[in-house]
Amino acid sequence: MQRWSRFNIASIVIGFAFLYLPIVLLVIFSFNESKLVTVWAGFSTKWYVQLFHNQALLDAAWVTIRVGLISATIATVLGTMAALAMTRYTRFRGRMLFSGMIYAPLVMPEVITGLSMLLLFVAIGFDRGFWTLTLAHITFTMCFVAVVVQSRLLSFDRSIEEAAMDLGATPVATFLQVTLPVIAPAVFSGWVLAFTLSLDDLVISSFTSGPGATTLPMRIYSQVRLGVTPEINAVCTILIGIVAIGVLIASVVSRRREIQRVKDEQAAFAH
Amino acid sequence: MAKFGSALFNRLVIIIPYAWLLFFFLIPFFIVLRISLSETAVAMPPYLPVFDLASGFGGFIDNIKQFSIDNYIWLTEDALYTKAYASSLWIAGVSTILTLLIAYPVAYGMAQAPNTIRPTLLMLVILPFWTSFLIRVYAWIAILKPEGLLNQLLLTLGLIDQPLIILNTNWAIYIGIVYSYLPFMVLPIYSSLEKMDHSLTEAAQDLGCTPIRAFWRVTFPLSMPGVVAGCMLVFIPAVGEFVIPDLLGGSETLMIGKTLWNEFNANRDWPVSAAVATILLLILVVPIMFFQHAQAKADAEGR
Repeated sequence: MQRWSRFNIASIVIGFAFLYLPIVLLVIFSFNESKLVTVWAGFSTKWYVQLFHNQALLDAAWVTIRVGLISATIATVLGTMAALAMTRYTRFRGRMLFSGMIYAPLVMPEVITGLSMLLLFVAIGFDRGFWTLTLAHITFTMCFVAVVVQSRLLSFDRSIEEAAMDLGATPVATFLQVTLPVIAPAVFSGWVLAFTLSLDDLVISSFTSGPGATTLPMRIYSQVRLGVTPEINAVCTILIGIVAIGVLIASVVSRRREIQRVKDEQAAFAH
Repeated sequence: MAKFGSALFNRLVIIIPYAWLLFFFLIPFFIVLRISLSETAVAMPPYLPVFDLASGFGGFIDNIKQFSIDNYIWLTEDALYTKAYASSLWIAGVSTILTLLIAYPVAYGMAQAPNTIRPTLLMLVILPFWTSFLIRVYAWIAILKPEGLLNQLLLTLGLIDQPLIILNTNWAIYIGIVYSYLPFMVLPIYSSLEKMDHSLTEAAQDLGCTPIRAFWRVTFPLSMPGVVAGCMLVFIPAVGEFVIPDLLGGSETLMIGKTLWNEFNANRDWPVSAAVATILLLILVVPIMFFQHAQAKADAEGR
């Protein structure tokens, strides 16, 4: 324990304070009585009550949730396939290009991705709206899913798959009954990641969305430009709360599964 | 039957995501390139010539004849764009270095932490990544404003007499980028430090190295893959950043992501914004290739 020095502890504490303090302040001031975000005037939940009378905001929230659910689900299927392709087939024609297309969206500035997808939709004459938004979200989130699932597949013991195949299971059955249960926690966290990325996205959404499909971040952004208000703080707090609960559930589920898996393995070896 | 099924399954697993990315990610870049060579027009879509599949191959050739590089000439002639590219690279570079300076001690501290609390620390670094980027940037407005929380604190403590003007300056952008991208820097550095064999630093110290010298001669070089990956993950998206300069920066702050956005949304000049995007992509192609190369190498080692 000697390595864990005072300097180490200090840098972690400062680093984490820097990461969390702004979010904590934002949450605190969402309960502020005053309309001023920077002066504390007493506890109040009136901004939350006000939110539920803001129809535009509620509509935006509903669009965001629908886009998130649909795009995260399709992105998880596509991303898992891409991860399988990347880890199982080390050589196929155009593999370099394929891995390039998986990694590039992770760092690509969003203005470029957003603009290029918009121009695609215009070129093929696809009216902008809910579905163009969903397609764009699938495309950029599937790469994140692919990376998450890929890292799990790399440490996967393939001999159990081969055993299943030797015993006559079809590839699809092997995948569903052997591979998928093992990589399920990674697939699940990929889904949660895709969902939250979709929930948060502003730039790509602004480019690819059309009339009638305004998402929550787009709504928040247009209000933020007019100034900081406790009402926006309240929306943000609710969003942070949803994400925090989601991540908490995901980590509890994956930890439970991990413990169960270790137990099962020990039981199997004991026999 | 099983063999046929196997071949089909293998094929589909590759073909479906491949085709998806080709269509929705790669082909759009060629469309951007093509539209950057078109003329601006008052129409919908606001550019000429309009791409028309029905006109066949002949129409396609006619299209090519109408291409012009006017938009690119326009970009080089107007100092605004050159300045915007230069200041984006500068701001991204400074922010990347600042992020590295803050992230390294945190990652190092995490790697030294007792095994029991490491997963919790890791979780705490990842958590902000799941929270909205927009919200995290927004949170800084209330802190950095002239009458904001930071100035209130510093004034109460008597450290300053006048409120500091931070919001709407480049400093606010640096703070915003460092804050938003910190987890991207901490995670790769942490994972390369965590894998490190501690007997190496111990050996260096046994052989008479001071701890600081051992760090610079042994630990830091071994963490280089993480440092490089982290810097790329921060630098590349930061160059094209839009939300941070728009919300925290001032009116005189030029960043190319914001310029592109304004060109597209306010001026409705699609061909010029396509040309801006094309040049930005050309500037970033080298760092992106570098990032992919490093990533592919890391995968090969993980195999």
